[in-house]
Amino acid sequence: MPQPFITRGFVGKRQDAGGAAGRIPPGQHLVKDFPVLSAGPTPRADLRTWTFRIEGLVKEPAQWSWDEFRELPAQDFTKDISCVTKWTKLDTHWRGVSVDVLLEHVDLDRSAAFVTAFSDGGYTTNIPLPELLNGQAFVAYEYDGKPLAPEHGGPARLVVPQLYFWKSAKWVRGLRLMERDQPGFWESLGYNNHGDPWKEERYSGD
Amino acid sequence: MDELVLDGNAAAGALAEIYGDDMTTVLAECASCGRVDPIGGLVAFVHAPGIVLRCTACATVMIRIVQTPSRTRIDVRAKRIPPPPETAR
Ligand SMILES: [Zn+2]
Repeated sequence: MPQPFITRGFVGKRQDAGGAAGRIPPGQHLVKDFPVLSAGPTPRADLRTWTFRIEGLVKEPAQWSWDEFRELPAQDFTKDISCVTKWTKLDTHWRGVSVDVLLEHVDLDRSAAFVTAFSDGGYTTNIPLPELLNGQAFVAYEYDGKPLAPEHGGPARLVVPQLYFWKSAKWVRGLRLMERDQPGFWESLGYNNHGDPWKEERYSGD
Repeated sequence: MDELVLDGNAAAGALAEIYGDDMTTVLAECASCGRVDPIGGLVAFVHAPGIVLRCTACATVMIRIVQTPSRTRIDVRAKRIPPPPETAR
């Protein structure tokens, strides 16, 4: 009579994974905490001089002060995130401004195909423009209902949850529209230009 | 909460793998501000997709190291450090 054991085993497995089956990309493991990864010292932004800018292949660059940015229509987002250092965190809660909303304020040149996100401290990361559109990406300033902490990228970070989290630039200050892909801080030293966790696009040329 | 700050000795193993020698006592000069420190004394960030060594005075990136499953790559921005072997670039 193996039937009951099979059923029990199946239920038990689902409980162990917290209903996470099918949501953890290959090679990743689930975490409950929120690990802090940093390539440099945590900048302390002065909100009186902070700006967010869209530049590059646009007719006129757009720029917002902190107060102006907070006036933009915001949304709540619940997303699973995966770091290339192999942790995945499910159902993270953010509030911020969709990149779609930001791009409504500029006239994109037809040749714009890639984006470099740039941050305080000099960090950059490159992302294909289509990955930022249609509600996929946002600039977050709240996490779990509180202002985004500096160690997690506050006052504001880019979040592109469908790509490895190094693409979700902390302390982001703007997006630069470009015709050609320009490898960023990690991409220029062997990390993947695209970075899809479901395809395990961790490195380039490996 | 501030990040855990380590020094360049945290990169000793990775650097030895690349250069085939201990590099922690080799002097590095910041290309931005001119500050000189032994590599082992630089500020290290290791909780990241790679290792980043920065200037103790101005935090400019001096060395970056990425270890992929197939190879170790290094980018040296600091002056005075011997050029890494071709295979690690
Ligand atoms: Zn310096």
